[in-house]
Amino acid sequence: MTEASRARAEILADIRSANRRSAALPPADETWETLPRAYRQTGALSPADCIELLAERLRDYGAGVVLVAPHQVADAIADILRRRNQSSVLVAPDVDPAWLNSAECSWVRDRPLSYEALSGVDGVLTGCTAAIAATGTLCLCHSDSSQGRRAPTLIPDYHLCVVRAGQIVENVPQGMRALEPYRNQPITLISGPSATADIEMTRIQGVHGPRTLDVAIVV
Amino acid sequence: MRIALFIACYNDTLFPATGIAVVRVLERLGHTVIFPSAQTCCGQMHYNTGYQAEALPLVRRFVEVFRDSEVVCVPSSSCVAMMREHYEKIALASGDRRLQSDVAALLPRVYEFTELLVHRLGVENVGAVYPHRVVYHASCHSLRSLHVGDLPMRLLGNVRDMEIVPLERVEQCCGFGGTFAVKNAAVSGAMLEEKLQCLKKTLAEICTACDNSCLMHIAGGLHRQGAAMHTRHIAEILACDGSVAEGQRR
Amino acid sequence: MSTVPYREFVDFPTSALLLLQDNQLRGNVRHATDVIQSKRDRVVREMPDWQALRDSGYAIRAHTLDYLDTYLEQFADRCTAAGGHVHWARDAAEANRIVVGLARNATGRVLKIKSMTSEEIGLNDALLAAGIEPIETDLAELIVQLGHDRPSHIVVPALHKSRQQVRELFARTMNLPELGDRPEDLTEAARLYLRHRFLNTPVAVSGANFLIAETGGVCIVESEGNGRMCLTLPRTLISLAGIDKVLPRFRDLEVMLQLLPRSATGERMNPYNSLWTGVHPGDGPQEFHVVLLDNRRTEVLRDQQARETLHCIRCGACQNACPVYRQTGGHAYGSVYAGPIGAILTPQLASMKRGQSLPFASSLCGACYEVCPVKINIPEVLIHLRGRVVSAKPAGGLTLEALAMRAMLWVFLGEARLKMAQRLGRIAQRPFIRASGWIEWLPGMLGGWTQTRDLQPLPRQSFREWFERRPPSGGPE
Repeated sequence: MTEASRARAEILADIRSANRRSAALPPADETWETLPRAYRQTGALSPADCIELLAERLRDYGAGVVLVAPHQVADAIADILRRRNQSSVLVAPDVDPAWLNSAECSWVRDRPLSYEALSGVDGVLTGCTAAIAATGTLCLCHSDSSQGRRAPTLIPDYHLCVVRAGQIVENVPQGMRALEPYRNQPITLISGPSATADIEMTRIQGVHGPRTLDVAIVV
Repeated sequence: MRIALFIACYNDTLFPATGIAVVRVLERLGHTVIFPSAQTCCGQMHYNTGYQAEALPLVRRFVEVFRDSEVVCVPSSSCVAMMREHYEKIALASGDRRLQSDVAALLPRVYEFTELLVHRLGVENVGAVYPHRVVYHASCHSLRSLHVGDLPMRLLGNVRDMEIVPLERVEQCCGFGGTFAVKNAAVSGAMLEEKLQCLKKTLAEICTACDNSCLMHIAGGLHRQGAAMHTRHIAEILACDGSVAEGQRR
Repeated sequence: MSTVPYREFVDFPTSALLLLQDNQLRGNVRHATDVIQSKRDRVVREMPDWQALRDSGYAIRAHTLDYLDTYLEQFADRCTAAGGHVHWARDAAEANRIVVGLARNATGRVLKIKSMTSEEIGLNDALLAAGIEPIETDLAELIVQLGHDRPSHIVVPALHKSRQQVRELFARTMNLPELGDRPEDLTEAARLYLRHRFLNTPVAVSGANFLIAETGGVCIVESEGNGRMCLTLPRTLISLAGIDKVLPRFRDLEVMLQLLPRSATGERMNPYNSLWTGVHPGDGPQEFHVVLLDNRRTEVLRDQQARETLHCIRCGACQNACPVYRQTGGHAYGSVYAGPIGAILTPQLASMKRGQSLPFASSLCGACYEVCPVKINIPEVLIHLRGRVVSAKPAGGLTLEALAMRAMLWVFLGEARLKMAQRLGRIAQRPFIRASGWIEWLPGMLGGWTQTRDLQPLPRQSFREWFERRPPSGGPE
């Protein structure tokens, strides 16, 4: 036995002896199914109220929020990027091309790019897989077409995220349910620009990661 | 009703006025108070300090003394908390089935004083008069173990001529904590200091609570600082019906 | 001055006495805990299902511990299948050997995300001894590291430092003599200092908030973004996790991700949560290692009355609620795990051989239990551990305290004995009663009382004597 496998065997043996009982327990899966879950797992808000709640929570932590009609997405994106002085913006290789039509900035495809190249762009545009209204959370499942890999959503200083109304859920359990099919992929949950309260409990936003976040909700 | 009184060892020895007040209140309400004199201590001090084996004989004694009581009144939240939180466990660990069933049968008949008045006797107005400015401190055991909630305030609210003032950080521990008060005297003192600051801000004449353990610690700090505020167990306030002179205490 | 190095920790009362004299520290601690507590209270009040979440949190953690071997094996298998390497470490020394071996690289440095587990095993010291420079990337941990200091709180490790102290530290170590002292200036300095390192360091070491057995995945909960940087940019990632970090399934995150942010920082959700499984080709680290650490957690598991200590999800809510911690701050506990959870975890991780004073560093007020998101009954565990400390004393237990306890028990086992003791007490106290009528000084063990308080003397008549002597009450039946 190698030292490594001995360590594993010893730890597991210690656990088993610590857990020894007079009667054997049923299989883990069975018992897991019986765990109490009396917390809220469904939503109570209408879709319109969900959208409003999401917008409110996003604005609460300083994200810019606009609501756009489906046929106006490209124009809205262009408008936002212009206001934010974004001249070069990263997109995932499989991003929806319809989003890119109106903007005057240069679109940079993540082919993938080096960290130096990623550092050189102004911002990044992504979609998302789900958005949780109660907590203002954007859920990105990476390697998904509109969201790309992780580094591009992290290195630039600006992030514009497009959320479709149908992707919005009310609470965290619903959100995690929406993410379940992607549970083996990298997932990033974003609930605000980065923040710290480590100095005298004064909350300062924007430490690492994009310091400015805008969200376009397509209703 | 015949109400058996478990006075609690420290009340017996240090705060007889509280027991006297409990008797007065219950008799005024028309009940008979019994004091089974073989009672001594609930065992909390030993148990909480880590001498858990020493608590078993005290549990047995309590059960023995009060086995046949219809109702037991205890003017001490910490003792009742000890019983509700640990007596079953202690009995279970002893392997003594008789003790286990005795404890299970007795516990539902044991009440802290304010619980007895409001929940068992259905009384919120005991006819008390107490023309003083009073502040109430929520002892941790009454608050978090017994969940007495607003029972004490409901009783105090019906006392005539009394002004009740709110206490900042009312739920923050005063720092007594049993043997903690001597084993960690410096921290206990620091916690007391913060509680005293909040108390003094109220300009109350009297600080009251359901536990003399907290009040002993608070009174000790008030006296050390030469403060004007005094402490009284809630029973002593409720016992004042205008006929007993306030100055008779001690 | 306000630091008590772990090696020099004697016991809690000694450290506490020292730290109680640091008024600035105490002011910082009060301010910080007040702020987080009020935020926490606000976001908890808006959750009508908070108690249901706590119940589920408790149940999930208890269930996981019951089947810990099953879930750890499942995690190891699936993480490995996804391209990760899983290592098992029985103790701190083994974990350090493994991590140091994996961390060696040409740059001679590694990035670190805040990990209490790494503090627990003294990883930074082990790395330095091997000639590898650990770079802390959490702002507070950076402050603690640059100041050669120790963290004093689970979530806000540098809360014992004022902004002026931080400004002075950064100005000196980052060579920024013109640096301002507003929090914004300080975080900007940290951002720039670290950004260069994020983009150019090939190895990072992290902890793990949760390991997901079902997927072999890891979840990191953070606020600043340094986590995402360290988890994404380096070529090699090493995640160190206590064996108690595992959750059964992805679905269980829906409970933990509601309990943890609200309890830890008083937010509905913390800014960033990162989840990944093994290695994802083309995205993030291409070499991934998990080091599973026992370090006596299995011993904690073995103690049926204390195993719920392992439910802990490291939120720090107990520290913010604790009236003892409020007075002393975290350094008084002489361990990376401080406050109420520290009082029960630290001595157990030392097999009850060190930190024996910690279970007594509590007034048993219960505020911690009230706020614990996974319902660890900390007061019960404290009492249980006090029993273990007392039982561990040499047979016969001839300490003064043990003798006093035995004497008190003897007194309580007889009515006549109790009355005699009361009479003796009334006599013995006489020399100590001052003109004020109170006792202002007591010797020996009881002297702790009179350090800060006076004591009312035993009255002339006990209650039982009063009751004995009163005329028959004649009250109605």
